[in-house]
Amino acid sequence: MSDLTSAGTAVGGGPVGGDGPVPNQPATGGKERSASLWADARRQLMRDPVFVIAFLYILVVGSMAAFPWLWTSQDPRDCNTNRSRLSPSAEHLFGTDILGCDYYAHAIYGARPSMVIALMATVAIVVVGGLLGLLAGYHGGWVDTIISRVMDIFFSLPFLLGAIVFLTVIKRQNIWTISLVLFLLAWPTIARIIRGSVISSKDLDYVHAAKAVGARNSRVMFRHILPNAIAPMLVYATIVLGSFVAAEATLTFLGVGLQPPAQSWGIMISAHQVYFLEDPWLLLFPCGLLVGTVLSFILMGDALRDALDPKFR
Amino acid sequence: MSDLVLETKNLVKHFPLTRGVVFKKQYGAVRAVDGVNLELRRGETLGIVGESGCGKSTLARMLVGLETPTSGDLFVQGKNMSKVGGEERRRGRRNIQLVMQDPYTSLNPRMTVGDIIGEPFQVHPDVVPKSQRRGKVQELLELVGLNPEHINRYPHQFSGGQRQRIGIARALALNPEIILCDEPVSALDVSIQAQVINLLEKLQNELGLSYIFIAHDLSVVRHIADRVAVMYLGKIVEVGTEDEIYESPTHPYTQALLSAVPVPDPTLRGQRDQIVLTGDVPSPADPPSGCRFRTRCWKAQDICAEQEPLLQIRDKSGHPSACHFAEVRDVVHATE
Amino acid sequence: MSSDVNVKLDALPGADPNALPLQVKDLHVEFRTRNGIAHAVNGVSFDLRAGETRAILGESGCGKSVTAQAIMGILDSPPGFVTGGEILYRGVDLLKLPESERRKVRANRIAMIFQDALSALNPVFTVGFQLAELFRKHRGMSRQDAKARAVELLDLVKIPAAKQRVNDYPHQFSGGMRQRVMIAMALALDPEVLIADEPTTALDVTVQAQIMALLAELQRERNMGLVLITHDMGVVADVADRISVMYAGRVIEEAGVNDIYASPAHPYTKGLLESIPRLDLKGQELSAIKGLPPALTNIPPGCAFNPRCRYAQEVCRKDPAPPLYQVSPSRTAACHFWKEVKGDE
Repeated sequence: MSDLTSAGTAVGGGPVGGDGPVPNQPATGGKERSASLWADARRQLMRDPVFVIAFLYILVVGSMAAFPWLWTSQDPRDCNTNRSRLSPSAEHLFGTDILGCDYYAHAIYGARPSMVIALMATVAIVVVGGLLGLLAGYHGGWVDTIISRVMDIFFSLPFLLGAIVFLTVIKRQNIWTISLVLFLLAWPTIARIIRGSVISSKDLDYVHAAKAVGARNSRVMFRHILPNAIAPMLVYATIVLGSFVAAEATLTFLGVGLQPPAQSWGIMISAHQVYFLEDPWLLLFPCGLLVGTVLSFILMGDALRDALDPKFR
Repeated sequence: MSDLVLETKNLVKHFPLTRGVVFKKQYGAVRAVDGVNLELRRGETLGIVGESGCGKSTLARMLVGLETPTSGDLFVQGKNMSKVGGEERRRGRRNIQLVMQDPYTSLNPRMTVGDIIGEPFQVHPDVVPKSQRRGKVQELLELVGLNPEHINRYPHQFSGGQRQRIGIARALALNPEIILCDEPVSALDVSIQAQVINLLEKLQNELGLSYIFIAHDLSVVRHIADRVAVMYLGKIVEVGTEDEIYESPTHPYTQALLSAVPVPDPTLRGQRDQIVLTGDVPSPADPPSGCRFRTRCWKAQDICAEQEPLLQIRDKSGHPSACHFAEVRDVVHATE
Repeated sequence: MSSDVNVKLDALPGADPNALPLQVKDLHVEFRTRNGIAHAVNGVSFDLRAGETRAILGESGCGKSVTAQAIMGILDSPPGFVTGGEILYRGVDLLKLPESERRKVRANRIAMIFQDALSALNPVFTVGFQLAELFRKHRGMSRQDAKARAVELLDLVKIPAAKQRVNDYPHQFSGGMRQRVMIAMALALDPEVLIADEPTTALDVTVQAQIMALLAELQRERNMGLVLITHDMGVVADVADRISVMYAGRVIEEAGVNDIYASPAHPYTKGLLESIPRLDLKGQELSAIKGLPPALTNIPPGCAFNPRCRYAQEVCRKDPAPPLYQVSPSRTAACHFWKEVKGDE
């Protein structure tokens, strides 16, 4: 053999180092980075225009919900039937509704209940569903059997029908009860996602590798298994936020959700459905806000999914 | 005797087959490993070969402690791992480390290379003091031929061969005496495969390691192993030095296996003794009586179904073979 | 297998029965990805005679499977695009045919088998149904005749108890048997060319031997051309007549099997041969090729192999890439220094 070969084999070939471009490197991988995967994900998200637009939209809607007085100085309850159903103008940006209240102010104040309900229900399903899914997936056996059967029972309830029946029966339709019903009907999905990802992670090669060096259960669980579950959970939670905003509006529209004098987008839609032909803006404004919010959450979820997948980088 | 770093005595692993969810009822067992005796000496490489389903991977998992044996004993440096407890057991385990097959799935994609190789130090904090760990990880990277400055990179930024080096560095972190290589090169391209094999040999010479080298590629095993054990359906059917197994195999299965391996030399085409087996490997849940290979064996007689052939020295070839009719047949070289 | 049903197939306009069954000329394929254009195949040419076995040898990412997909017309497009060259079947350029004609060629004249039989067969139909479907679609046979032919075919590929197994689903077969089923499907319509993409890589050696023996036998019986795509130098030595060695999307050496193994004329081929352990040799030293194959999005200028090559000189680092030099009347190598490589035994 020529000595050039043995130079190559002395360290067994080694990294390409100086003698050529390092292959299999994504364009961004050239420079040294000590950032965590989360930091990388954040960086990628901030470069994604779709995510940024959706995120800004949610920020706007969120600030409407949290600080409505920042967006309007009008009181949505300051109504005057003399100015019923005025078209949009400089004074009344969205016009006025049937009772002559400022429709723009109503829309701003209507963001809060939708967002609060969606947020509460989502936090609840993430905590409860996540915990149950984790338990079921990691322990398996009878723990898994019981949790899975309970999940199956909840899965078998049709979402809309279940919510309508529940809310009709308890007759108290406020933010709390609506959140509760959304939580009850939706937690099994997230529990199933977590359970599935825990089960599939349990058998991964690198989990075995960690066990083979002697790692204890807690380390394997939190260092190697849970991180795999967090990403899909976060993605799903983002998307579910949007669908809960829509669900609140749907239930309200059907008359089993929030009731006037509460203010929400759902109420705006249901109260003005009959005026669509004469004054379409009465429907278009709340519907537009609602669709924008739901869509933003879904797009954020999609972007998040891509960003959290290490293979895409 | 002190030369023996690892020994197994009648190691068995049966996976129960059960019915029912709440009230489980066992109706059978997959006899993945069914009484295996192995010896590994200091500084030697023991190759274990066999086809998929022969139990070699289950055996590997038992040796590194990922699977608890159903019965039998595993001795690491004379200590029976199933008898000693607690700290001593952890210490014993530390002495056998694992290099896995697939360099793409065996590294956690969410951890940096430094965290992956340094994980054993976090698990066994007494091995290297905290302040020196980063330096030690970089030493390991250098030892396996990687750039120590790449300590903060993620696995996906490396090629398959480089990832396998990371896996080897992780296995070396705790200064083990025994490394179990489970198909370490079978997922790699030919030109990269040789780099990793050469690295493993270099490390063995420098660090005095003992290897258990599990592979289905018989050519690679011949190259790296000092002794070879051939497995079929959970049992070792033949064991001997590399020379004995490849030059004078006596078990029909070994002969069939060797004759099926193509040799990269077109002038040998049609010149070698070819044994083409018929049929498939029987299910390990329901192995044949007597000799397990008899259903595919051209030498099988009545005795093969009635009496299980023991793994013992049978003829002048001088190495143990589990066949009633063991006899040497050269299948590797040209017949004329 | 009978030829009685093949009559209506000879309607391909321009086909010349005396031309070669397969000829690839200067094929270029690229993948347009988010990270840039990957040049997967950069000017691949080879011929295939009837009854001949042509091995395309190379490591993962060298473009050998993409070449096969381009020939079959099953390239994922987008992102893959054939950007140049010709693929001639009996003198007809397949790349110029409309998709409907192409489909006919694909099923009847050029067939393909894959590495992973389980994912290549439809899991929800029995193998008998899938085989019969071919005859009914392409030959207009009745349900019963088609079923009978399916059994015949399973018999042909030596599946025991073919009459019963014809009603089984793909997952009920073992790996080797499944590969036989796929071979049966590929041969169902009597193709003149069979492309086998790593047909035995996923199988154990004893099963590999069975499958290769079966392929050789069927090929001999039908005088069929076989393109064997593989990375296994052992299998190639056992079955190939001619070999094209690929690296970074180019054929870097082309020769008869004995020439290549006896005296490789390209440093990459030579390196490959020196880096594989041999079953029949004890304790030989393995000399690895240093470094890694290039990313296809970033192929180095000049000879793609130059960063890993021990013969590389200044001329190798500059474009254009070395042409295929005529080493002997029947072999070529794309290396400026082929004389040194070949002579340096």
